[in-house]
Amino acid sequence: MKAIVAVKRVVDFNVKIQVLPDGSGINLAGVKMSMNPFDEIAVEEAVRLKEKGVLTEVVAVSCGPAACQETLRSAMALGADRGILVETDVELQPLGVAKLLKAVMEREQPQLVLLGKQAIDDDCNQTGQMLAALAGIAQATFASEVRIADGRACVTREVDGGLETLSVALPAVITTDLRLNEPRYASLPNIMKAKSKPLARLTPAELGVDVTPRLSTLKVTEPSKRKAGVKVPDVATLVDRLKNDAKIL
Amino acid sequence: MTAFACALVVAYHEGESIHPTTRHAVTAASQCGDDVHVLVAGDGCAEAARAAAAIAGVSRVLHADAPSLANGLAENHAALVWALAQGYSHVFFSASSYGKNVAPRVAALLDVAQVSDIIRVLDAHTFERPIYAGNAIATVRSDDAIKVATVRATGFPAAPAEGGTASIESVAPVGDTGLSAFVSRAAARTDRPDLGSARVVVSGGRALGSEETFLSVLVPLADKLGGALGASRAAVDAGYAPNDWQVGQTGKIVAPELYIACGISGAIQHQAGMKDSKVIVAINKDPDAPIFDIADYGLVADLFDAVPQLVASL
Repeated sequence: MKAIVAVKRVVDFNVKIQVLPDGSGINLAGVKMSMNPFDEIAVEEAVRLKEKGVLTEVVAVSCGPAACQETLRSAMALGADRGILVETDVELQPLGVAKLLKAVMEREQPQLVLLGKQAIDDDCNQTGQMLAALAGIAQATFASEVRIADGRACVTREVDGGLETLSVALPAVITTDLRLNEPRYASLPNIMKAKSKPLARLTPAELGVDVTPRLSTLKVTEPSKRKAGVKVPDVATLVDRLKNDAKIL
Repeated sequence: MTAFACALVVAYHEGESIHPTTRHAVTAASQCGDDVHVLVAGDGCAEAARAAAAIAGVSRVLHADAPSLANGLAENHAALVWALAQGYSHVFFSASSYGKNVAPRVAALLDVAQVSDIIRVLDAHTFERPIYAGNAIATVRSDDAIKVATVRATGFPAAPAEGGTASIESVAPVGDTGLSAFVSRAAARTDRPDLGSARVVVSGGRALGSEETFLSVLVPLADKLGGALGASRAAVDAGYAPNDWQVGQTGKIVAPELYIACGISGAIQHQAGMKDSKVIVAINKDPDAPIFDIADYGLVADLFDAVPQLVASL
């Protein structure tokens, strides 16, 4: 059984981002980029399924500019067998990425597609669901446990108010939540080995997909800042302030 | 083209009652359409349909009832919403785990973009939404014929639960896609207020040290204030609190009247989930913890001393 894992190159989660003064976007010049943390969890899950003998091949796919090949090399260092870069400098939105991934699915015929539940830059939480819709297959989002048996995936999902378990027919799309697993670190030998794993390049045109953005971003601004608060010396003062100043108690 | 804009809100409900986040989505929808309809889809959800009809500002309730619509399965629900969506200018969902699961599937079936987590409606095509864990606000415009969006509850007041007199109309459910099946649910049993809509939230971090101390220290304070319990990702990962208590970019987004952060450093990820609270209180030993940058009232103290004192003085 083959799996595709979609990985996105995003601003590293530790970076404190800056909004550009002209409101056109975020300052990305010289900023550290990494694999989206939820996608690391997706790669880890695929590699673990391969180690258990459930999967025979794990293909990492990334869409975006040429620099995304670094993200694919990271995925291969973690255990993916090969990479596919769908290269474009056009701004990609979830619907466009879902269409690209569907076209890749048609070529690769995977039984499982793993994605992170959301990317930490656009915070959309859409691509996996959209891909499942376009491919006409089942989806299991926000997964915290995945078991594959008898041609189906049994997936426990993190939902409002608790956990829910679904059984979905394969092929299916699964999106990962934080607590699915703890991703491993890539070892130096594996980083070296990843450099010689195959990496194929495609373009949206070769896949026959129109990725023109549907949403236009008119501006990006800083959120309103909270006004600085005060430090109180003790609990009695805290209670007094909450009662008499904030009038909240 | 319809003569006038009509918005459809897809209700998140529990069979008998409508989840409060749905009423926030109704408010957002009423800012986009002249008319607001609500779809209540499920298995045995007549009671929820009646509750939806009572929401102020709703003119019509579409009620779809069938076994295939039980448990909110995305494949069946998205197929139903897709079939009904033509003729609507907007299809809104609450940004609940239900809405986030179904809305993108509907948008892709309609071949339109989806706008996630809107916090403001500028006009019927233009919305504000947070990106980068709430560290930036993007203004986005959609020119698609049908705008599909999820609505962040903290961005809009809830439409009143009473006062509406909408008609209820049965709509034919679509067949079961057979792609997915519900197996089981492990509900976090609690008699506390819902974290997403509580007036007071008492939240704990890794400093609580264990599940036992998390509960023994924070429960009395939450009880005293009639509040919900929340947790940082660190506390959830350490097993001190269940997953669905997590407040932050990847957990729940809350904006209560009062948020009390106990032993939480205040990472960007956590702040993304609570910085719109009306009053923030931080209790932390470390005077340099980033939580103090956004707290209205900060107390530098050992929470194991301060929280019981606070309980005693309330």
